[in-house]
Amino acid sequence: MDILSRISEALQQGDDPQVAALTAEALESDLAAGDILQNGLVAAMNVVGERFRTREIFLPDVLLAARAMYAGLDRLKPHLASEGVPTRGKIVIGTIKGDLHDIGKNLVGIMLKGAGFDVIDLGHDVAPEAFVDTAVAEAATLIGMSALLTTTMPRMREVVELVKQRGLAGRVRTIVGGAPVNADFARGIGADAYACDAAAAVDRVKVLLGVN
Amino acid sequence: MREIVSFTKAEAQPRLSAVLEAQGLPEADALAPRLRRLIDEAMATYAALIEPRAALEDVTADAFAAVLAPLGVSEGDLALGRVYPRAEALALFVATLGEALPERIRRLFAEDSLAEGYMLDSVASVGADLLSDRLAERFEARLAAEGKVGTRALPYSPGYCGWPTAGQRPLFAALQPGEIGVTLNASCLMTPIKSVSGLLVAGAGEVHRFRPDFPFCDDCQTRECSRRLASVLKPH
Repeated sequence: MDILSRISEALQQGDDPQVAALTAEALESDLAAGDILQNGLVAAMNVVGERFRTREIFLPDVLLAARAMYAGLDRLKPHLASEGVPTRGKIVIGTIKGDLHDIGKNLVGIMLKGAGFDVIDLGHDVAPEAFVDTAVAEAATLIGMSALLTTTMPRMREVVELVKQRGLAGRVRTIVGGAPVNADFARGIGADAYACDAAAAVDRVKVLLGVN
Repeated sequence: MREIVSFTKAEAQPRLSAVLEAQGLPEADALAPRLRRLIDEAMATYAALIEPRAALEDVTADAFAAVLAPLGVSEGDLALGRVYPRAEALALFVATLGEALPERIRRLFAEDSLAEGYMLDSVASVGADLLSDRLAERFEARLAAEGKVGTRALPYSPGYCGWPTAGQRPLFAALQPGEIGVTLNASCLMTPIKSVSGLLVAGAGEVHRFRPDFPFCDDCQTRECSRRLASVLKPH
């Protein structure tokens, strides 16, 4: 089995020490960091995501795999920077103001990082201005918002409108999710996409940002 | 009547089946060993760290109307507004699992112990909801001891079914739950984070029935109201 397949296998097992060791071994064998990232770590997370979608495995399994992904990424990061490998996109996420439920948002962040995106997590109780200001300051191209309460989800509209008011529509996309949110609501407030769960969020973000 | 409740750890410990259901996981027997280990560890950590307590105070319907009044919303616009005037008894409540548990969850995520953090957070969320159920049971038992047999109590909380989260402010002003260590931030969110608050509404099961035809019902995907109503219409 080649080194990338071994990395993939270890990642799918959630074996973070092994992923870190194999990633280091791959770097020592002169494989490019970008190659290890895309064909080892990200490819393995895609398999994990697919197995999750088909309910072959469950969310905690995905999280164990994600930690293994992070372990490999930690080894790769200095090399990715020196090779000038671009990130797949920068994304700002948070739970909307007035809402403290952030486990779903955390999962989306973990899955997006696992898919190779650069994620800025603003936490919970995030003001609409903070989403947009951060997206501008960090040159992010997508804002992801979460809400669990029917009483806080209308605030997502404020973020979408703020993006338009500042002339960022088209450059900064918006995606919404959370238990009371659905596709009709997303369309109604003018968001670019809706995702029903963390795995779907990764798929929608890839489409919105035009990456594979 | 005002009461400070210290729950036993056993009272605040969620059932394994409830934790599995909340996460959409299969039954315990069908779990992979590593998942079962994660859950067992989370349940043990939860039991070790919780400090479950609550503040509870009876209110009249008029007094509760005064809690709603500062929000400037018509009672007819809230599910609760159709329910509480028909109740036999009402009580404001705030309950918490304490600060040690959310602190551990934050630390686990910060350390990239993602599965462990997620599992502990999930157990804690089920556990926090359990506290309001336990308070409802206590309320029912006390009312039964006072001769109001057959009353069924349900908790209603700000943030749900049209009751704005801003409703926390007048609720906290009326109940003053500082002695159990729960405070509000500027956005009316509670610290410690694994806390619950609201109004216990007690009466015949039918008291809790309302037509889900509010504007916010259009956006609601959970239809939790149906499950709650069913739970109080079936016999004890």
